[in-house]
Amino acid sequence: MNKKLFSVVAFVLATLLINPAWSQEVPEVDRSSTGGAQTLEDILARQQQLKLDDSFRSENLGDPASAAAISEPLGTLGGRSDSDVWRGIRYNELDLSTQVRTPAADVLIQDGGMWWYQFREGPIITYGGLALLGIIGLLAVFYFVRGRIMIDGGPAGTTIERFKAIERFGHWLLAGSFIVLGLTGLLTLMGRSFLIPVIGHEAFSPIATGSKWLHNNVSWAFMLGLIMTFVMWVSHNIPNKLDWQWIKAGGGIFTKGHPSAKKFNAGQKIIFWTVMILGFSVSLSGLSLLFPFQMPMFADTFGVINSVLGTSFPTDLAPHEEMQYANIWHSIVAFVMMVAIIAHIYIGSVGMEGAFDAMGNGQVDLEWARQHHDLWVAEVQAKEGKGGSS
Amino acid sequence: MALEGQARAKFLCDAERCIECNACVTACKNEHEIPWGINRRRVVTVGDGEPGERSISVACMHCSDAPCMAVCPTDCFYQTEDGIVLHSKDLCIGCGYCFYACPFGAPQFPQAGNFGSRGKMDKCTFCAGGPEEDNSQAEFTKYGRNRIAEGKLPICAEMCSTKALLAGDGSEVADIYRQRVVNRGFGSGAWGWGTAYEKKGA
Repeated sequence: MNKKLFSVVAFVLATLLINPAWSQEVPEVDRSSTGGAQTLEDILARQQQLKLDDSFRSENLGDPASAAAISEPLGTLGGRSDSDVWRGIRYNELDLSTQVRTPAADVLIQDGGMWWYQFREGPIITYGGLALLGIIGLLAVFYFVRGRIMIDGGPAGTTIERFKAIERFGHWLLAGSFIVLGLTGLLTLMGRSFLIPVIGHEAFSPIATGSKWLHNNVSWAFMLGLIMTFVMWVSHNIPNKLDWQWIKAGGGIFTKGHPSAKKFNAGQKIIFWTVMILGFSVSLSGLSLLFPFQMPMFADTFGVINSVLGTSFPTDLAPHEEMQYANIWHSIVAFVMMVAIIAHIYIGSVGMEGAFDAMGNGQVDLEWARQHHDLWVAEVQAKEGKGGSS
Repeated sequence: MALEGQARAKFLCDAERCIECNACVTACKNEHEIPWGINRRRVVTVGDGEPGERSISVACMHCSDAPCMAVCPTDCFYQTEDGIVLHSKDLCIGCGYCFYACPFGAPQFPQAGNFGSRGKMDKCTFCAGGPEEDNSQAEFTKYGRNRIAEGKLPICAEMCSTKALLAGDGSEVADIYRQRVVNRGFGSGAWGWGTAYEKKGA
């Protein structure tokens, strides 16, 4: 079956159901033949995964108020049949308790698992994988069309310091940890689909153990690098009018000449804020995964989104479902970041002559700096001029 | 080792009979020498102290189409011909995904490292051990006793004082339960069967 087509149809159907004008036309279902219990039509609709109004079940939870008194025969049964109780559990309307003290032990049943599994194996692996291959393909095309971006007129031969050692340390802490996290994350997500068929279960298991260990521990380096780079560079990354001109000129990628820029041009600012915002988000969902059941955040987030956008995301989540959403969001954000970072790696290495030195030894060619960051060079030289050295 | 004939192993907890004595939990821990903090089975009470209070003993239900099996990143689960869902602790990495996928909260994890990171998953085996040789020391250490290989049923159901917890061939379990419902005239609906066994098999 065509999964894409199916999901489009499902989406359209869901949209139609949310539309109040349309849903009013749905006729009241006659359930007298079953005494108010669900009918064959209800069951068939549920099997076709159509959304149906199940208030006839969710509100049918027995009648403890009119139960026989506790001293009467059968009074201890309390006015709820087993079926009423099971429905009450299903719709999370009853108080459950247990002597077991492990997380989520008082949840008798949650049915988000299969959806979560199918979303991981389906859209996330498919679209995530395609996005990674897509950006690599695009960059290859770009390389063959545009070629390496050279320094006009060749390097000057003299250099100017672009990034101090501490800045480069922060960058490589972030970059190195990101690459480790990205690879180990991909192994965990995709290993079963692509590696186990090739190398077998016994060989993959130690790889997965190593991936988990690295992913859990290196995450702290990533968060530290994120904070370091944010503190060091945020003041240089406030958007201003100059950025608009840079974007209008397309960054000078396909034109002669370079638009003016200070220490960071608009393209770099976009990468900076992408990494900061997505990095913060991926760290939050990652912490939630690192400390299971201790940092549930999706019910509250969905509540805020619903109140702003009028959407109807679920706000009543079982602890397991919180973890499922954390896992899915973690993967989605990670894929967007990987796509952005692959492009960033390209332009910082093979894509542009002289660019790597900025993060290599920190000394960039003066001519490169003049072409890409003319205003920054002027600033630095003005300062140095005051200091008396050239 | 298999149960006799074409059996499909199932658990059923009769909520009209369960008295929340937690003996199944204790017997399980004792039989398999399970460490502290691991509960292969637990008893959950609905409306504790109210008229109509009911208790259900829950462990791994050994689902026909088990979400834990589907989601495991290392594909460490397997299902015996009796429908018992087992796993290999040699392949398990303790990621916890099976716990997020499980409808019943069955998988358990010992804390094994920093930041609350989990050790290898442990869960109810229907007293059927694991991939190691039947009744070997290695099997006992990792998965507990293999009563099925000894021709016995799970200890939790065997010693249940009110016979609320039933375990064994699904059709026999269903027969016993059906007879009970007929005899007492109320209280039907086998909790969890729709989720665990509806999709395929019987």
